[in-house]
Amino acid sequence: MAEHDHDHDHGSELSEMQLRVRALETILTEKGYVDPAALDAIVETYETKIGPRNGARIVAKAWTDPAFKQALLADASKAIGTLGRVGDHLIAVENTPQRHNIVVCTLCSCYPWEMLGLPPVWYKAAPYRSRTVKDPRGVLADFGVSLPKETEIRVWDSTAETRFLVLPMRPPGTEGWSEEQLAAIVTRDSMIGTGLPQARP
Amino acid sequence: MNGVHDMGGMDGFGKVEVEANEPTFHHTWEGRVMAMVRAMGANASLNIDMQRFSRESIPPAVYLAASYYKKWFLGLKSTLIDRNLVGADEFAAGRSLRQSAPLPRGTFEMKDVVRVSTRGSFQRDVATPPAFKPGDRVRTRNINPPTHTRLPRYVRGHAGTIERINGSHVFPDSAAHGHGENPQWLYTVVFSAAELWGAGADPTVKVSVDAFEPYLEPA
Repeated sequence: MAEHDHDHDHGSELSEMQLRVRALETILTEKGYVDPAALDAIVETYETKIGPRNGARIVAKAWTDPAFKQALLADASKAIGTLGRVGDHLIAVENTPQRHNIVVCTLCSCYPWEMLGLPPVWYKAAPYRSRTVKDPRGVLADFGVSLPKETEIRVWDSTAETRFLVLPMRPPGTEGWSEEQLAAIVTRDSMIGTGLPQARP
Repeated sequence: MNGVHDMGGMDGFGKVEVEANEPTFHHTWEGRVMAMVRAMGANASLNIDMQRFSRESIPPAVYLAASYYKKWFLGLKSTLIDRNLVGADEFAAGRSLRQSAPLPRGTFEMKDVVRVSTRGSFQRDVATPPAFKPGDRVRTRNINPPTHTRLPRYVRGHAGTIERINGSHVFPDSAAHGHGENPQWLYTVVFSAAELWGAGADPTVKVSVDAFEPYLEPA
């Protein structure tokens, strides 16, 4: 892997981490615990196959297919299971003009990997994990999102193996769009609850 | 444990900083750590709760200063040493110094990759019916175990409402410490912001956690 290293920061921690991680991989390989090629495949899966477009496809389908939307809100794992593999306990929560949903994991970094890929650094970092349950409007302001003051805000702290996917509201100006066009405007943040999809020209 | 990982409601960490066009991994080693954690978790039967407890047990000052995948590396390292899968001397040497018994599920190979790309199932049957139903008022117990728990401090001792029953699942407080799966009913419990943060809290805000039955008592 050294030949393909993309690290540009040559700070001491980084060099140390590169060495320590490489040493551990050597140990696990020498002991016959892992085949490095299988590790390559895991990394590749998360870099190229699993990402927010998986969730965006689901949201776009829910926007255009009322029966699917109903099934998704009733049992997201089951509804999505008809389209591809998904683990248990996925819950889709719908944004409405009356209520906005936002998802956090205050204890670690629980996140619907299969729908959104690996979480971004901010989702796993102290500012988001500490403030979202106490000051969600302040956190939304950090993302440039301002909601009417009477909108109910519901914070979902992912403390167990249930995972949450926000179903954002379909923005105005998207009438007649295809599922594919709609999927393109469904952002990762809108499915966490820290963003709102926008119709782009 | 009442560790620094239990961050809900803490002040002073500042604004959320969003990186535009963030890459999946910032350094190659981060992806290798993620992959090793997944692979060893799957084939060495290191359950997710053990792995979480290993990261929560990182000393607070180190935890706060370490990047996310450095925490994963440190947690993996302590788990491997605790379970005699890799010796501390081998970490120091940077190579294997002795033969080890095969993992319970053997070498993690290409055929195992699909298995770790889909979430495992934590749902388990329990013999007793759920003690609570949607609409019931409950209070979270004031527990402070030095061991692993998934009841965050900021909701302990507070009254909320059962919103939904999420089935019965492996109980992390037991599984993290090798005490078996001990499955329990799991509920979404909703609290008003005023209940959690006091009278001046935003009246439009509600917060929920998913709480296992042993965390709850009737309110």
